[in-house]
Amino acid sequence: MQKIKLTNKTIFNIACVAIVVILLGYLQATEIENSYAITIIERSCIYAVAAVSMNLMIGFTGQFSLGTAGFMCLGAYITGIFTMPIEIRDQVYYLYGMVSFIHNIQVPLVVALLISGVIGAIIAFLIGWPVLRLKSDYLAIATLGFSEIVRAVLGWDGLGKITNASYGLSNIPAFSSIFQAVIICGVCIALMLLMINSSYGRAFKAVRDDDIAAEAMGINLFKTKQLAFVVSSFFATVAGGLMAVFLRSAATSTFTVALTYNILLMVVIGGIGSVSGSVLGAFLITAGQEWLRFLDKEYYIGSFKVPFTRTGFRMVIFSVLLMLFVLFWNKGIMGSKEFSFDWFKNIYISIKRRIRRKNNA
Amino acid sequence: MTISYFFQQLLNGLSLGGAYALIAIGYTMVYGILRMINFAHGDVFMMAGYFAIYSMAAFPWQLSLPIVIIGTIVLGVVIERIAYKPLRTAPRMSVMISAIGVSYFLENLANYLFTAMPQSYPQIDILKQIHTFGDITVSRVTIIAPIITIVLTFLLMTLVNHTKLGMAMRACSKDQDTARIMGIKVDRVITMTFVIGCGLAAIGSILYFTDRNTVQPYSGSLPGLKCFVAAVLGGIGSIPGAMVGGFIVGICQIAITAAGYSVFSDAFTFVLLIFILIIRPTGIFGEKATDKV
Amino acid sequence: MKRSLGLLLATSLIATSLIGCGESSSSESAQTAGNGDVIKIGVFEPKTGENGSGGAQEELGIEFAHSVRPTVTVGGKEYTIELDWQDNQSDKTVAATAAQKLISDGCVGVIGGYGSGTCIAAGSYFSDAMIPAIGTSCTNTNVTLGNDYYFRVCYLDPFQGTVMADWAIDQGYTEIATIDNIGNEYTSGLVQTFKDEYEAKGGTIVTAETFQTNESDFKAILTNIKNSGVKAVFAPTDYVYAPLLLNQAADLGLEVQWIAGDTWNNPVLTEDAGDNAEGVVLDCFYAEGGNEEFDAAFKEWINSESKYLEANLGTDNIIGNQAMCYDAYMVMCDAIESANSLDGTAIRDALASITVEDGVIGGTVVFDENGDAKKNTTYVLEVKDKAFTFVEEVTHGE
Repeated sequence: MQKIKLTNKTIFNIACVAIVVILLGYLQATEIENSYAITIIERSCIYAVAAVSMNLMIGFTGQFSLGTAGFMCLGAYITGIFTMPIEIRDQVYYLYGMVSFIHNIQVPLVVALLISGVIGAIIAFLIGWPVLRLKSDYLAIATLGFSEIVRAVLGWDGLGKITNASYGLSNIPAFSSIFQAVIICGVCIALMLLMINSSYGRAFKAVRDDDIAAEAMGINLFKTKQLAFVVSSFFATVAGGLMAVFLRSAATSTFTVALTYNILLMVVIGGIGSVSGSVLGAFLITAGQEWLRFLDKEYYIGSFKVPFTRTGFRMVIFSVLLMLFVLFWNKGIMGSKEFSFDWFKNIYISIKRRIRRKNNA
Repeated sequence: MTISYFFQQLLNGLSLGGAYALIAIGYTMVYGILRMINFAHGDVFMMAGYFAIYSMAAFPWQLSLPIVIIGTIVLGVVIERIAYKPLRTAPRMSVMISAIGVSYFLENLANYLFTAMPQSYPQIDILKQIHTFGDITVSRVTIIAPIITIVLTFLLMTLVNHTKLGMAMRACSKDQDTARIMGIKVDRVITMTFVIGCGLAAIGSILYFTDRNTVQPYSGSLPGLKCFVAAVLGGIGSIPGAMVGGFIVGICQIAITAAGYSVFSDAFTFVLLIFILIIRPTGIFGEKATDKV
Repeated sequence: MKRSLGLLLATSLIATSLIGCGESSSSESAQTAGNGDVIKIGVFEPKTGENGSGGAQEELGIEFAHSVRPTVTVGGKEYTIELDWQDNQSDKTVAATAAQKLISDGCVGVIGGYGSGTCIAAGSYFSDAMIPAIGTSCTNTNVTLGNDYYFRVCYLDPFQGTVMADWAIDQGYTEIATIDNIGNEYTSGLVQTFKDEYEAKGGTIVTAETFQTNESDFKAILTNIKNSGVKAVFAPTDYVYAPLLLNQAADLGLEVQWIAGDTWNNPVLTEDAGDNAEGVVLDCFYAEGGNEEFDAAFKEWINSESKYLEANLGTDNIIGNQAMCYDAYMVMCDAIESANSLDGTAIRDALASITVEDGVIGGTVVFDENGDAKKNTTYVLEVKDKAFTFVEEVTHGE
């Protein structure tokens, strides 16, 4: 048996996990007072899965695919259908009536997520065949279009007996605790990380950096792209399922093009080609959007009204910040680096060096 | 289905298609020269709607129409200067992300400045007059829209084919570096492209919103994407192609809605796109069309 | 240079986040500190989005009620009521967040809101947190069905649909077209109940047109309606679509009797559709003139501040929804006092058995086993000379 070495790095990692567990445990214990914080964390985690899955395509394989919202919509509906309590179904489907063959199927959340992921992956496999042959802009617009098509099909009253059309599903059981949400998201991200660090991941990067050279090295371009697309769609669909559980409802109106853009901006801010960057981006943007809410209120100092702050100002500030990022620091916060112990160590060392230099001077 | 019903629906489709065509031309020209999808174009179109609301509140319509067009052009050029020009040498993906960022910004800005509530679009009496031909009743704008579109398209084609500026545009679209070596001021040509594109979008917006009576911050995003599809359908880079594409998309949308499948009216456009990209990626007018801007 | 600029941006982003965080936590602590004699009642309304102006108008009703009755007495102690406004943005997703915000703010009860879809989305959060909610103008059956904590003071779609169907039949319209907004619980529910009653009474629905949320081009479906040759159209859409439908119908030369639901009782209709709105018939929860005292007080209050007047779209006309909001607030206060407790379950139990006769505008409030107020009266209005004029009061059943 291999002896586990207690390097600084492992200690650091264990400490990080422990801190997170303690924090989450505290939040869970004080669930009612901190329900708002829990909401933000769960939402961020779900967006993080979606962002990493998008980054897998955009950042690691270099394919500008914008179909994330469509897959999420699919995942939300499938997960909703399979997890909704049976006794409430007739009430939710009061307009159409639910078809009998799925009416009495209710499965645990993880199984439902897996089902939706697999369906998402199969659909990705099928549409990947025509769509992935397209180049950058065309791929972007075709996948965007695909996501609108998914939304239309799910919202179509012809399928109302299965999907309840665009009235959507409600009363989906919530996460049993914040741990469930965080662990599922963590496992998803870890799986994608493993994939990226495997030989498949290196093939993705080869395709991104130079597709001709990659082909010359014996990498099958199309198969590699398709693999990335299928894996990315699998996790995007799962993220959609998680979203449905988080919102406790699924409706097509949630999964518009704007959602894709939102996730894209998380990827960009975090750093295209960095998993930890995407996670960081998801947390920063979700939390930032919530915390900047104070900009949406009107303030009066005496009779003087503080200028500019009113409904909508928050999002303007936010989009300006985003534009500044895109224009002046388009590598994002993390660039293509990953968040790790070494990263902290390097910062620590460089700060120390600077202080020393200052002291010497 | 009576004949008058058919013509009424056809007119609805043509007037929608005319507005789409004018926006699609903006996409096709920018794509022709910069090789980028100007995702913000639809939102520029939406902003033109708000400009009209506010200028029409202050000035008579004869004066406000030029104001709207000029305002939209200024907006478009400013966007190009701030968001696209610094990224001219950056990878294509960065430019596209920047365009998406601008679109996001414009939507949020409109939401802040004009609130998310739909605002009613001012009615220009001369455009709203109602004509009756037998069973068919149409407002004047419905008839005017396709005519204006066709006239403007021909004017633009003349500009591109027979003027010095047009020649410079064609040169830039073929090869920017060579064009620069030949003494063409590429940046000026790009600016002019945005001027023309946004000017047409402003006219398109007047036709579109007069017919639909209302503007809200998101009314540009989906029409924008559809117009890009129209441009691809006609053959990206081709001006008559964009016009034909615009009409096809508009008529299809009306036909599908009239058939009771309103849920697919947006999605169908994208089905069409994926289909055309597989069958004939160069679009209807393809590469052979000479008016590649 | 670029790098440092980027770092600056990142730090500013984080800093603003932290400031925001500090700000929100400090306000929360202030709230707990002042918990001694202040209680919060949540207001769950759309302030932005498609129902934004309707929500803003409803808020006026609640704010007016609050100004009339700013305190409640529980256990011999007087508590000041603070209204906690949350914007659900007319969006089901945001509705969930807004509901959770209300819960984490510690509201003892919730009032709202405009639009059934958002209320259905938020309902389960309130019941899980055991906080009673009183719906103001969400008429869809599913808001309260199966939810022990959601009550409502207005009537329901089946009632409303029945009344309008009967009205159409009485006026001699035996053929009609309906316009349904797919994805909107309110509209679809109402169209469904209208259809059931209308067909049971022998009418025929010649064409049933549908459109998607956020649509702005109705020419295709209006041309279909014109082609079908009906004389009346039932279109209980959200009010934002009303001027579009009316104006575009006028463009197409479609001259029909428009019949709508309570949502069209909104000044937007007369303002944006102008002459095209003349003759539209709709029903509503309360018609001006039903309670002179209330009308006068409300008008005075609206005119007292320009921001109220602005939120009411520049007029002091009262819409039915505002009366419902007023009632919902009063019923909530009565329930808190009758429960003599600030506990959610106790207030819920009080609501379930309460009878409020005094101080409400839209008639006695008694809740049935689903939590719906037993209401059997509606007011039919017609648009005449750009104003909603009272046509008749319809009482149905019971």
